[in-house]
Amino acid sequence: MVDQSLAGPSGMMARPAGDRSGRAVLALAALAAGLVAVALFSLASGASDASALGVLRHWVSGAPADALSARDRIIIHDIRLPRVVMGMLVGAALAVSGAVMQGLFRNPLADPGLVGVSAGAGLGAVSVIVLGTTSLAPFTALLGPAALPLAAFCGGLAATLILYRVATRQGRTSVATMLLAGIALAALAMALTGMLVFIADDRQLRDLTFWQLGSLAGATWQKIAAAAPVIVPALAAMPFLARGLNALALGEATAAHLGVPVQRLKYAAIVSVSAAVGAAVAVSGGIGFVGIVVPHLLRLVIGPDNRYLLPGSALLGAALLLLADAFSRTVVAPAELPIGIVTAAIGGPFFLWILLRRRGIVDL
Amino acid sequence: MIELCDVSVAIGAKRIVSDVDLEARPGEVAAIVGPNGSGKSTLLKALCGDLAHGGRIAINGRDVAAMKPAEAAGIRAVLPQAATLAFPFTVHEVVRLGLVGGRSGVLAGEAGRLPERALARVDLEGYAGRYYQELSGGEQQRVQLARVLCQVWAPVLEGRPRYLLLDEPVSSLDIRHQLMVMDVARDFAERGGGVVAILHDLNLAAMYADRIHAMHDGRLVASGTPGEVLNDTLIEKVFGCRLKVGALPAGGVPFVLPQSIVSH
Repeated sequence: MVDQSLAGPSGMMARPAGDRSGRAVLALAALAAGLVAVALFSLASGASDASALGVLRHWVSGAPADALSARDRIIIHDIRLPRVVMGMLVGAALAVSGAVMQGLFRNPLADPGLVGVSAGAGLGAVSVIVLGTTSLAPFTALLGPAALPLAAFCGGLAATLILYRVATRQGRTSVATMLLAGIALAALAMALTGMLVFIADDRQLRDLTFWQLGSLAGATWQKIAAAAPVIVPALAAMPFLARGLNALALGEATAAHLGVPVQRLKYAAIVSVSAAVGAAVAVSGGIGFVGIVVPHLLRLVIGPDNRYLLPGSALLGAALLLLADAFSRTVVAPAELPIGIVTAAIGGPFFLWILLRRRGIVDL
Repeated sequence: MIELCDVSVAIGAKRIVSDVDLEARPGEVAAIVGPNGSGKSTLLKALCGDLAHGGRIAINGRDVAAMKPAEAAGIRAVLPQAATLAFPFTVHEVVRLGLVGGRSGVLAGEAGRLPERALARVDLEGYAGRYYQELSGGEQQRVQLARVLCQVWAPVLEGRPRYLLLDEPVSSLDIRHQLMVMDVARDFAERGGGVVAILHDLNLAAMYADRIHAMHDGRLVASGTPGEVLNDTLIEKVFGCRLKVGALPAGGVPFVLPQSIVSH
């Protein structure tokens, strides 16, 4: 029985059966269009009635600036736009990092939030928030606004390296070991974070609580300026890992036999994941499950080929996080729900659903 | 030419392979035989560059230990004993992974169609759209062989022979496909490439191999043509089992040898 539906739409030259790249390209185009629509929707919606259409008309036609009220301009340019840009950066970073980690660990359950990478990054970030004026003062003075994302990167990198060391033996990653090691790492990072919270003062505490729940509410152009130089290069590097990660699905030895420099690939993957997750966590806190939900949904449609999965994850991750953010801003308006609660409320049940469908993979 | 000179492999403190000297020539099929645990797979892993080893292993005069993965991938392809796949790839997508190194040896325009040709070669026409994980063990093994063939489709590239390194290529195949896979190996050698295969079936080894290398306790105990190596004394020494070469079963018990094939 041959499933001809996998052959994809026939273009100028019919693709061989089982080649899903035609379908994947269509999906990427649709996702890109969807992301633009969601971004415009996000710009247009909010507690204030500032009209994004007015802004658009102003941008596109070059109409005189007074077509917009000064208040609307501030709301759009300084509040909503940075929030949308940061939401896209964070969503893309988390989703692509999830996809890369899953390729690296050869396992669809790997996710930066689940296996302690985000917790490690969080520890790094909290250290800077709490100790930035005392014991880490030379560090923060030297690096300025880059100190927070850099510390988060170091925390994420340490967690990923330890995790990889513990969970992988002779090129095989045990799922059970990976998840359990992730739990232990996350617990350790949380304990250390808790100690820092314990010694924090009131002002720092308020920063911390909101940040730990995960939120895009604090988006500013300064934060974007600190995070984008880390996230954008990391995102740009990941497509170069795609072919190698595909080969890695056959195991490390076979990937090497196919000509993939496996050690280099693994280090590049670990460093770019840590950088992207670190920066995302530094500016938005603990937003979970994006990295597991997005690649999984995409694999159902376009298959596991990382050449399409990685860019697709970036687009879908950005769009989904914007939607979740729009929801979190409007559901209890004029107050807003931390977005981490929204993604966890959707992602938790989704994760259980994957587990139920594919219980076998955990026993690997 | 594949040359192994005084090769030894240790895993941890345990020596698995000791003092192996072996040559595998282009144009020939070399079979490695031996009981379980005699070091065949470990030797092959060293030859693939997976394991650190003492002594020298060279392919076409190049030291395996000094070769980068990409260079090695251009002159030899490896069929593993078993392969698990982490994600739901289709058969076509798995076979296409053989083209990752980009040295299949066909024109760029033909590479896109190579997976289909390779699948036809291993009797899996029409399987391209199916999910790899849904296939039987024997079908998966043939998909892997198709992937390996894509990697070194031309047995000779730029005047240099290339090699197939096969770890038990017929272990989960029915008799028809055992013959088919060995024919593929034979054909690869006849067109100028070299083949090194670990085999458990001595009859298949006798039928297809130009040279048989017998291993026992990590050492090479015999090398030569099937006629030289497969004798009663050596089989008893290597396999610890008293078997008579060429004896017919008593009392009309039916037996079927691959050699008795009429046509296929």
